[in-house]
Amino acid sequence: MTTTETDKKAPKQRSDIALQYLRPGKKLPHVWCPGCGIGVVMGAYIRALDKLGWDRDAVAMVSGIGCSSRMPVYMDFHSLHTAHGRALPFATGVKFNRPDMNVVVITGDGDALAIGGNHFIHACRRNINITTILINNSIYGMTGGQGSPATPSGDKSTTTPYGNSEKHFDPCTLATAAGASYVARASVHAVPQLEKLIKGGLAHDGFSLIEVIANCHTYYGRLNRLGDAVAMLRRYKEQSVTVAKARKMSPEELEGKIVLGMLHQDEKTEFCNEYQKVVELLKKKRGTNGN
Amino acid sequence: MSVAQKKKLLLQANDSCVEGALYAGMNFFAGYPITPSTEIAELSARELPKIGGKFIQMEDEIASVAALIGASASGAKVMTGTSGPGYSLMQELIGYAYMVEVPLVIANVQRGGPSTGLPTKVSQADTMQARWGTHGDYNAIAVAPSTVGDTLTETVRAFNLAERFRTPVTILLDEVIAHSREIIEIPEEGELEIINRVKPTCKPEDYKSSEFTENGVTPMPAYGEGYRYHLTGLTHDERGFPTNNPSEISPKLEKLRDKILNYTDEIVKLRVEMLDDAEVVFISYGSVSRAALQAVSLARGVGVKVGCIQLYTIWPFPDEQLRDLCSKCKKVIVGELNMGQIIHEVRRVLPNDKEIHSLQRYDGEILTPMQLLEKLEEVL
Repeated sequence: MTTTETDKKAPKQRSDIALQYLRPGKKLPHVWCPGCGIGVVMGAYIRALDKLGWDRDAVAMVSGIGCSSRMPVYMDFHSLHTAHGRALPFATGVKFNRPDMNVVVITGDGDALAIGGNHFIHACRRNINITTILINNSIYGMTGGQGSPATPSGDKSTTTPYGNSEKHFDPCTLATAAGASYVARASVHAVPQLEKLIKGGLAHDGFSLIEVIANCHTYYGRLNRLGDAVAMLRRYKEQSVTVAKARKMSPEELEGKIVLGMLHQDEKTEFCNEYQKVVELLKKKRGTNGN
Repeated sequence: MSVAQKKKLLLQANDSCVEGALYAGMNFFAGYPITPSTEIAELSARELPKIGGKFIQMEDEIASVAALIGASASGAKVMTGTSGPGYSLMQELIGYAYMVEVPLVIANVQRGGPSTGLPTKVSQADTMQARWGTHGDYNAIAVAPSTVGDTLTETVRAFNLAERFRTPVTILLDEVIAHSREIIEIPEEGELEIINRVKPTCKPEDYKSSEFTENGVTPMPAYGEGYRYHLTGLTHDERGFPTNNPSEISPKLEKLRDKILNYTDEIVKLRVEMLDDAEVVFISYGSVSRAALQAVSLARGVGVKVGCIQLYTIWPFPDEQLRDLCSKCKKVIVGELNMGQIIHEVRRVLPNDKEIHSLQRYDGEILTPMQLLEKLEEVL
């Protein structure tokens, strides 16, 4: 086999994998703009799931409201498309009731960090075994380009027309401080790493956050004169540094950089497992009491 | 087993609510503490892990209902307990539950309002909130017990209605009942009917999560049972996927309405006392009904022809039943612990020639039998 043949074959296989996981029927076309980063995340997520080889009936996808939150509509799993900001408590209900299921939350920066901010920190605190893919495009896309808690200071949006006066959240720092046990950042310009970090988060026993830097050239890009999808991806590539490299950089040098990779991982106790211990203890106690 | 051997317990209604829920098969509770409902969460936290069930204290009331919906969709029988301000917060996701047709039970121990109001005082001012609390068009089910004992049976009924109609059901308690202690009998297993949601029998690929069925209720599988269906708060088609098509929007909303309103007879429960020859009738619910019963008994003792109707079902409102029951009486007195919520429904339902009087109290105190008798004297 020549190199050319391999190159031709590889993309075909990848798209075949994606098609296997899409719902049959009238769910397509999707709502995303041409060139949107969310589709890249969906592809990476599907390939990560495929590699794990999980039973499709053992996966539940939960999302809130926003562009990214439409993802579960298109994918053939148990799915809940919920209310704005509330995906994590819905997912908590599914996971706590059915700890045997793999629960994945798809959310955006506005959804998870503004209206869902409280739910986000408490899901991290419980360290419940839910994988959260937070697609951060620095703006509210679906409602037309308003500022979000992830819109960088000084940047423009339709509600920060003179530049954002607020400071923005770093979801990864927030999640680590709140108690999440797997925290990683990826970008849609670096797809193999994105896939790897999602796969690691899915396999991790505890709350995992994969923040994905994604382009919204339609609103964020246009309002801040960042160019089209390709220009934005190029920019992400230029701004990105690895975790290892970032450790050697000063705060001044890190200004405006995107640190990609595994940021935090530990083996904290997981919520559903801890509750099950109580159930087992009570069962044992009842057994010894003879009733 | 004879009555004498039955398990008897001295309980407050917040506790008998949990006893009823466990009897009905509750295995998941999510909630956020709020007075005067906290004992409902506390007893659930103690009892659920003993039976392998789940209790979780969420970060707020919105999160609590979200967790209930997630658990219900994955097969659990679920309940939460709250009070006025918490019930207000829950409305966002109670609306979601109406839309996706997920069974869940909310015990709302009413307190004075608006806002934080009177945390430790009685009220019935959430009656309309139980009907119109969330946005959009939908039909609500709400039940209202009046004793510690019937809080247990009404909670079982609330679970049955939630499962039968795939919908949220509110139990409207009030603070006085919630914290009154009475000795009650716990029913034997099998003594009360338990209804569980209907499961699909079709092949997974043929399943439609919002299908139009003859009785309006679509079978509901749990996650993990092979039916990979989608739930969304967006208006959806029969398969549960978002739609903007007018020909699909109206039928969905009509389904939500008709599955309740076409079965009002099944949902309505009333207690009727001394109505046959009554010239005046008290209409009330919750703790006021106990005062009404006492007032009727005292007034009958001195030969006054008076009767009473207790509404165990508040929503859907028993239009036809009330029209029928009040056909012979001349006057009606509606007693409520609010500034007049159910009286509007009574006025809407009864013919114009009927005299309708109101007795309202909204100072955090109960309506006593003496106050009802005074009102009776006034209208006679």
